[in-house]
Amino acid sequence: MTFSNSAELLSFHWVAYSIYAAMIISVVAWFGYNLTRKEAKSVFRIPFYWYMAFLVAGGVGHHIFTYNTIPWVSQDIDRHNITPDAKYEFEIEDHKWINLPKKITIQCGETVEFDVHSRDLVYGFGLFRKDGSMVMQMQVNPGTDINGILDSNDILWTFHHNGLFDLTSTEYSGPDEYSEDGEDLMLVKDFVEVVGCENGGAK
Amino acid sequence: MSFTKNLIEGTNFDHTNLNALQKVTLRAVVMAFLFYGLVAIEGMIMRMVEVGHSPLNPVPDQFFHPEHFFSIMTVHPIVGIFGSTYQLVFAAFMFLVPYLTKKPLYSIKLANCVWLLITIGTALAWIAAFVWNYAPLYTLYWPLPADTHQFKVVGGIVFVIGVALIMVGTLGFIYNIYATIFARVGVHKNKTTKELLISGFGVDGMLNLMNKLRGKQPYTKEPALALPVVAIFRGTVDTFLDAIVILAAGILILVYLVFDASGNALDVTAVDALLYKNFFWWGLDLVADGLVLIYVAGSWYLLATLITGQKLFMENVARAALMLELLVSWMVWSHHLLGDQGQPEMMKLISGEMVTAFELLTQGLALFITLVTLWKARPLKMTMELKYLLGGLVGFGLAVPAAIIQADMGMNRVLHNTQWIIGAHVHIALIVGLYMTLYSALYVLWPLVTNNTKLYSSKLSNAHFWLHLIGGIGMGAFMGMAGLDGMLRRHLYVDGQFNPDMVFAAIFGSMLLLAWIIFLYNIVMSVGVKGLIGIFLPAKDKTASYGIEEELEPADDPAFAN
Repeated sequence: MTFSNSAELLSFHWVAYSIYAAMIISVVAWFGYNLTRKEAKSVFRIPFYWYMAFLVAGGVGHHIFTYNTIPWVSQDIDRHNITPDAKYEFEIEDHKWINLPKKITIQCGETVEFDVHSRDLVYGFGLFRKDGSMVMQMQVNPGTDINGILDSNDILWTFHHNGLFDLTSTEYSGPDEYSEDGEDLMLVKDFVEVVGCENGGAK
Repeated sequence: MSFTKNLIEGTNFDHTNLNALQKVTLRAVVMAFLFYGLVAIEGMIMRMVEVGHSPLNPVPDQFFHPEHFFSIMTVHPIVGIFGSTYQLVFAAFMFLVPYLTKKPLYSIKLANCVWLLITIGTALAWIAAFVWNYAPLYTLYWPLPADTHQFKVVGGIVFVIGVALIMVGTLGFIYNIYATIFARVGVHKNKTTKELLISGFGVDGMLNLMNKLRGKQPYTKEPALALPVVAIFRGTVDTFLDAIVILAAGILILVYLVFDASGNALDVTAVDALLYKNFFWWGLDLVADGLVLIYVAGSWYLLATLITGQKLFMENVARAALMLELLVSWMVWSHHLLGDQGQPEMMKLISGEMVTAFELLTQGLALFITLVTLWKARPLKMTMELKYLLGGLVGFGLAVPAAIIQADMGMNRVLHNTQWIIGAHVHIALIVGLYMTLYSALYVLWPLVTNNTKLYSSKLSNAHFWLHLIGGIGMGAFMGMAGLDGMLRRHLYVDGQFNPDMVFAAIFGSMLLLAWIIFLYNIVMSVGVKGLIGIFLPAKDKTASYGIEEELEPADDPAFAN
């Protein structure tokens, strides 16, 4: 099992957590009801060590599961040893994108590096689908090295689905990001287009 | 009794019979619930803005302006966490520590300073946002708080002074609690500081466990401190560290603002933004992962034993786990920095993922011990305190896994800074988990603190419970769903882009607001307006303890110095 993009992961997560939430609410409700009954007997006994083992398995297993099913985890850890198919580097200053290409077209399955620098504040870099759901994001911290070169905030991403994605800052950087009417001035519509995937899905 | 008479006189509440400890406790509680109402209103304003412009939306246009919206978002957690939650927790613990240790509170004067400082500090922070639109948010990501192009210097200075007062009040609470715990009077007359320290850190519980495994006699059959006091002791360590970090950040911001005002602006790049984030989150996370979880675990243990009248199940394990949580809470801050690409990968993996996952164990253990203690004592009457305790357990049962799921490098890439974390985790943890635990404590302590005042209406108490529970879970759930749909948490949406999620969140949010109004009405009708005012009048009875022979306040007791 592998999630080919974040939309699949989010759908899976929605279902899994909803089931868990319904379960924990039901268990405590059942527990509360039985607390008031003298004749209530334990339906099942949970030995303490098994319970703790279950929690350990849950905590560790979650990370093992995501490492093996979400492709961007290992790619992120190892990103400095991976040569991207394309690299885009730009800056942000005073809530404006600088040197930003008008539009980026990416072929299906290509791995792209985005390297974003901030000249003043903490911003974010996030791509969003047309339905508003998030493709991915990272924080963009300001800062320079001892030679005055702006710090990198780099992310590798492999695109497996066709789509047209909007860009905006995912971190709050003050009210100046918006117009008086609340329009997001850092929103760049149709910034990324992914093409070439068969039937729009994974190649 | 007529409505008017009830409103003025209450049921049978007599403030003149309250002692100094009871009065100072109630003062902080009153302020906490007033701030809670302010927070609920602020939350509803923001929610309605996110529902978007519509003829049915009653929120005036000015709230849709970014300066105004983010000013509210900045003070919302300050008022909620410090003005309300801190005050409520501090009030409960300043009453409980003397009650459980059977010693007087170290200083009533200091306790009065604490609620006053936190109230004034919260009000100042709120004023800074309301009057000058100072809006760097509670995260204070460097160098935004010192950005005088966007914010007025005076607003920043007032805000920092406000938060600093809150932290000074917090340090006052800490001093009062530790001075009370370490006071060698009453039952602790013959205890040494070392014995009290060993018990406070839960070492005696660990030694008891080790001795049991080795077939030896327990290290101690009667630990120096009761388990809830150990939790308060432990949680207060994190409260102290957190206060120091926030104060340090405040001083840094203040220095930059003052230099800017004098016309000699300092270079903001002198402070590394990522290093600052690490420092700040280390401290701020102690509120969530240290203070809240440990205080809550302690409160559950106390409530379970008081409700059942029985000893806590696996008490030694619980004591040892509190010590473990101390170490865990200091090493988990990196889960806030999983989206920061400059953060070393090993810190993300170890601190952000692995150690953070340990909280599933420590909180899961507290849940288990509390449930088994209750189960062993059945049948129990479904009292208000038991209902709220179960509600609190549900809240953390939902909220802790929601956070552990996100504290993962894969999930964080698509959930960081979304409504998922603030809705499904933070709001459910605070509103359902923490507040329902605190309401349970309130119902347990109510007869003690008010001298058996009859509650005006149990039907209203029940209405409050269900509205709060359903409203809290519902609002958090729909905020979480909006997060999964891509809605950011620190972003302005004015066109209702995330409806119907936000409409449902607003409906459930209004249930929370209604719950608070019902609760307030019930309390006012119980103590009466006269009683409410009387709480703030000086106490004739200067006793600083409850349920023991009258003793001098240790601060005034010459023996205390010895």
